[in-house]
Amino acid sequence: MVAIKTDKLTKKYGDIYGIKELDLTVKEGDFFGFIGPNGAGKSTTIRTLLGLISPTSGSATIFGMDIVKEHDKILKDIGYLPSEINFYNKMTVKDVIDFSASLKHKDCSKKAAELCERLSLDTSKKVDELSLGNRKKAGIVCAIQHQPKLLILDEPTSGLDPLMQMEFFKILTEENLHGSTVFLSSHILSEVQSYCQYAAFIKNGKIIVSDKVEKLEETGAKKVSFVGNFDTSSLTGISDIKQSDKMCSFLYTGDIKKLLKALAESDIKDLSITEPTLEEIFMNYYEV
Amino acid sequence: MVILKHELKQNKSAFIIWTAAIGFFILACIFLYPEMKNEMDEATKVFSKMGNFSAAFGMDRLNFGTLIGFYTIECGNILGIGGAFFAAIMGITALMKEEKERTAEFLYTHPISRKRVVTEKLLAVLLIIVFMNVIIFLLAVISIAAIHEDILWKEMLLYHGALFMMQLEIAGICFGISAFISRSGIGIGIGVTAGFYFLNLITNISDKVDFLKYITPYGYTDGADIVNDKSIDIPCLIIGLIFMVIGIIAAYLKYMKKDLKA
Repeated sequence: MVAIKTDKLTKKYGDIYGIKELDLTVKEGDFFGFIGPNGAGKSTTIRTLLGLISPTSGSATIFGMDIVKEHDKILKDIGYLPSEINFYNKMTVKDVIDFSASLKHKDCSKKAAELCERLSLDTSKKVDELSLGNRKKAGIVCAIQHQPKLLILDEPTSGLDPLMQMEFFKILTEENLHGSTVFLSSHILSEVQSYCQYAAFIKNGKIIVSDKVEKLEETGAKKVSFVGNFDTSSLTGISDIKQSDKMCSFLYTGDIKKLLKALAESDIKDLSITEPTLEEIFMNYYEV
Repeated sequence: MVILKHELKQNKSAFIIWTAAIGFFILACIFLYPEMKNEMDEATKVFSKMGNFSAAFGMDRLNFGTLIGFYTIECGNILGIGGAFFAAIMGITALMKEEKERTAEFLYTHPISRKRVVTEKLLAVLLIIVFMNVIIFLLAVISIAAIHEDILWKEMLLYHGALFMMQLEIAGICFGISAFISRSGIGIGIGVTAGFYFLNLITNISDKVDFLKYITPYGYTDGADIVNDKSIDIPCLIIGLIFMVIGIIAAYLKYMKKDLKA
């Protein structure tokens, strides 16, 4: 079954496109990373899916239900963590978590207590006294406590310290194993690379590529790093050229034989050819 | 009724402060009355000669020498203005505050329809206004009894009833505006109310702009009219209620489709 499917989903703000004819498919059970720089349309996509804003054209379904017509029903199956979460002042963390649970008509106290324990979140504090990281933790508890079928997380790790980030991904992985679909947006590629099975890149409101993370890593591109003089002008398929004092590197997507021949003929002292990281692939997508 | 409960809790301190302040001033006014009573005949004469100034506040048609005359002018202005401002603030913040305080993303991604949220928020505003008016009315009646004056039940009920309806009208209009704005609007709410109040002053001064009394809710809360006629101006009231209903309908129509700001 498909968890999220968008069909030419478009959102215009005045004359500007937030997202333009976006086609995205997330299957049930996926751990999906949604990657893009700020302003690419990540949050617009998420906010449209959740019905906070209505699409200008196109359509989308979540678990087969239309996001506009069956909006209220869809939300029962979703846990959402906004990128910048705010709560009602004067409430304590416990109040907020209970309020969230009561809106979901579910007693989640056991799961909530377990999550607070694992994230070491003090529930007696007032929410307006919380640091960014602790506010995020409270948001995570609210999003996960009812164990929804779909978790939508908008830049979930910002504000969390590295230890908490690890714990958080551990929790997400567990939820994913229990059958929850995880859809998270991020611009931190290493976390997507380590935890997500699938990823999509969004640029200027359009999906430029969406595939298994392993497949994305096997784009055929190689990262070539060398010390010495090498004239690359005879080669095609070169991008992301970086030059430091001695080292020089670039991404290569052309014919390997031609590369080897060109390398053999040049004055090179040291050489390595490796798989590029997702980050480098990502940069590659956004530079073109 | 989760939202209703939540709203009541959220507005608790504002409710206590406003009710206490209005209640305190009304109480103070009533307890001042016995002392001022004897000088009031003079005051009535003075006011009746002050022409437009007195007319603006309806003081040319009321007798300060009677408690009900004194009450509708002094206390009426306190509850008439204070209560209306409070109703305006409750109405205008009801929907808008979720976006202003950036809690909209939290609230509206829970499985509850916007229609339901709007309805419960509206009910909360209504309840808060009811609570305040009941408390103020009881306070007033008890204080009047305490200074050994006769309670003119019919006049009191009619007058307080009219003020209550006015607060509902203003809250309804502001609730409508609340759906359209997403940042601070308290100024708009206060402005609308103050505007209505000044329209009423103008209506009282000049006969030529009599139609204005159908626009401003202060048209049917005029103490002098209510006490002298022992009735509320029904056409005025109905027009006011129509404004209220329009505000509420506008709120629903707009808010169902509104793009919520992050």
